[in-house]
Amino acid sequence: MDHRPQAWGRPRDDVYGAYDHSFMNTNSHPNQHTQQPLVTGTSVLAVKYKDGVVIAADNLGSYGSFARFTDVKRLHTFQDTSVVGFSGDISDMQYITRHLHQKSIEESYASSSANKKSRLSAANLHTYLSKMLYRRRSKMDPLWNHMLVVGFDDDEKPFVGSADLLGTTFTAPTLATGIGSMLAQPLLRTYAGTDEEAAERTKEEAIKVIQECMKVLFYRDARSQETYSLAVVSREGVEMKTSEKLENMSWAFADRIKGYGTQTV
Amino acid sequence: MFRNNYDNDAVTFSPQGRIFQIEYSEEAVKQGSVVVGIASKKHVVLCAIKRNAEELSSYQKKLFAIDEHCGIAIAGLTSDARVLSNFMKQQALGHRLTYGRAMPVASLVDEIGTKAQINTQMYGKRPYGVGLLVAGVDEDGTHLFEFKPSGMTEELVGCAIGARSQMARTYLEKNIDAFADASKEELIKHGLQALHETLVQDKELTIDNTAVGVTGFKEGSKNKAEPFKLYEAAEVKQWLDAISESKEGNEGEGMDVDE
Amino acid sequence: MSAMFSQNPVMNGPNYSFSDAPRTNNGEFREHRFNPYSDNGGSTLAIAGADFCIMAGDTRHTSGYSINSRMAPKVFRIGGSNSDQSDATIALSVCGFAADGNALRDQLDTVCKIYRYRHGKPMSVHACAKRLSTILYNKRFFPYYTHAMLGGIDEEGKGAVYSYDPVGSYEREQCRAGGAAASLIMPFLDSNVNFKNQYVPGSGVGHELKERERHPLSRPVVETIVKDAFDGAVERHIEVGDNLQMMVITKDGIEEIMLPLKKD
Repeated sequence: MDHRPQAWGRPRDDVYGAYDHSFMNTNSHPNQHTQQPLVTGTSVLAVKYKDGVVIAADNLGSYGSFARFTDVKRLHTFQDTSVVGFSGDISDMQYITRHLHQKSIEESYASSSANKKSRLSAANLHTYLSKMLYRRRSKMDPLWNHMLVVGFDDDEKPFVGSADLLGTTFTAPTLATGIGSMLAQPLLRTYAGTDEEAAERTKEEAIKVIQECMKVLFYRDARSQETYSLAVVSREGVEMKTSEKLENMSWAFADRIKGYGTQTV
Repeated sequence: MFRNNYDNDAVTFSPQGRIFQIEYSEEAVKQGSVVVGIASKKHVVLCAIKRNAEELSSYQKKLFAIDEHCGIAIAGLTSDARVLSNFMKQQALGHRLTYGRAMPVASLVDEIGTKAQINTQMYGKRPYGVGLLVAGVDEDGTHLFEFKPSGMTEELVGCAIGARSQMARTYLEKNIDAFADASKEELIKHGLQALHETLVQDKELTIDNTAVGVTGFKEGSKNKAEPFKLYEAAEVKQWLDAISESKEGNEGEGMDVDE
Repeated sequence: MSAMFSQNPVMNGPNYSFSDAPRTNNGEFREHRFNPYSDNGGSTLAIAGADFCIMAGDTRHTSGYSINSRMAPKVFRIGGSNSDQSDATIALSVCGFAADGNALRDQLDTVCKIYRYRHGKPMSVHACAKRLSTILYNKRFFPYYTHAMLGGIDEEGKGAVYSYDPVGSYEREQCRAGGAAASLIMPFLDSNVNFKNQYVPGSGVGHELKERERHPLSRPVVETIVKDAFDGAVERHIEVGDNLQMMVITKDGIEEIMLPLKKD
């Protein structure tokens, strides 16, 4: 036995070779930032309706293909007027939400007068977040998220905006991130393809189409989960539900699936 | 001979708890020509008297647009004001860039307040020798702030700073009830009237020495700002005529009383 | 056979007894690296007339085969005194990586605003064009991945179009198409605006040939050319479509026209 306590629990040089300390020497290699997301959240969906916006995301934090965390809230309320839905890296999401929490405190100081309404609209928040993401991508140290910001714009009209790790931004009557942009977005566009159509939809219709899309995603997205969060943002405020469950799913078709690719029996 | 030992820098208190350099800097504000600001529910007006050093020279600038929704009036050292004005422009522009909205007036004023205060607590620095009236609109409504070299900022409905500004403040106090619901035109006239009060015997408000700046909400809009507009020279004639007419009327009445 | 669909993250494909990890040209392992760029498709077009200038672009915003938004304009008013840019006299179009495009637009607009503060007058297109070149060149080693174009009215009252490469090389031109469908639209413009390869009949052969004389086009003609160009591009390019945004710049300001394009 090696009696030197400082050697206990360390890889033995005679087995593994001398320990390579070079990684600690910052001059010997280039700076490295996050190269990939680790714990990730999948799609976020959002649609406008006549008096507001509905947004949803499931509560799963995946570690690769491993369903690691099953109760991760990926929708965050900002000042009871906006909601941000995150897909992508969960730790970066937590960093951003901490930052946003700080922002909202500052903002409530600024508007301490009788008018308690937040003055940072969802549109303003979207601009702010996209600048933050663009700045980080320009430093080659991205925040690995694709997020949807929902609420109202400065003209008090429903607002849905997307911002991703590159700082790319866009708005549309319906939006979906990740695999949701392939599976759910086409369905959402049949619900409301234009702002005019969205302005004719009710809250109930909006919630229904979101629920349908969450089902479709749970059927086909391997990184998805049954429990999800759903938020409705209206002029009255944010109505957040964090433990919704998908109902009336039918897995009868599953029997008939005979593997993929080369499997024939 | 008496010599004040406590006014060599801005970081030393006098035994009476005063900081003389700050008080002196506030004297610099009183040397500047007068500026008046009034806020109604819909508009904020800044009025200023511009001085010229001599007949041949141009008139100094007293009003500056900071951003679409915000402008300032200055009294004191113009060069110090220019530094503050540039700083405010930068802040307002930066805010628009990062948030896509107009900077709340209170935050903007806080920024310069903080900046000015630093100069009163660091050795080797001097306070700004200028006072500002900051007029602006945001989602909370119209705002008029006063800024002092000490870093003090304060929101008011009407204010005047600069030489003989007490006369203008007295006028504002007398008419305070009229401001809240006043129209833009009425507000400007009140502002000019207040300016008029400060004038020495043989001086008059002319189109050359008067400047007016207005910002407010667009007609029928709760949150859209009407861009800060500066009125100078011929553009202020209409209001000057209007107040001189009412003046004459008043003087007439006054004479009647005298007799 | 199942090895064909290996989950090996390094190789992500067939496994062999030898290492097949990707390498760079220098023989080192190629590390996965964050790619700061993407392409958001779309196309732009600018044509200068005698006393006007038209800047146009479609409003589709894409990532790969996905349409992100059907209404994401890429022609912007620049240098107005207000945030609504109602009194702007210059238009900027950006095509390529949209995030860079927006950053470029914001930066140029800020420059124009500061110019206005300092000089009390709006920037001329000529000055703005030079400044845009400098802004682009400043990021020579981490470029704005955009094909930018600037349009306005010059000091003589003539329509002006400036076009740029991503690192700031620029040139004043009569017309230019940019973005995804540039290679489809540009030949059409060569023929319809610059009358390339069109000669006066019977003027001779070889060097004797006389080119068809070019003349400034009228506004209705230019508008038609722009519409036709985009209808053609929409037909043949998947990244172009949804709406056509046209900014017509004259001495009286900028007029914006929005027309529908095919949504497929």
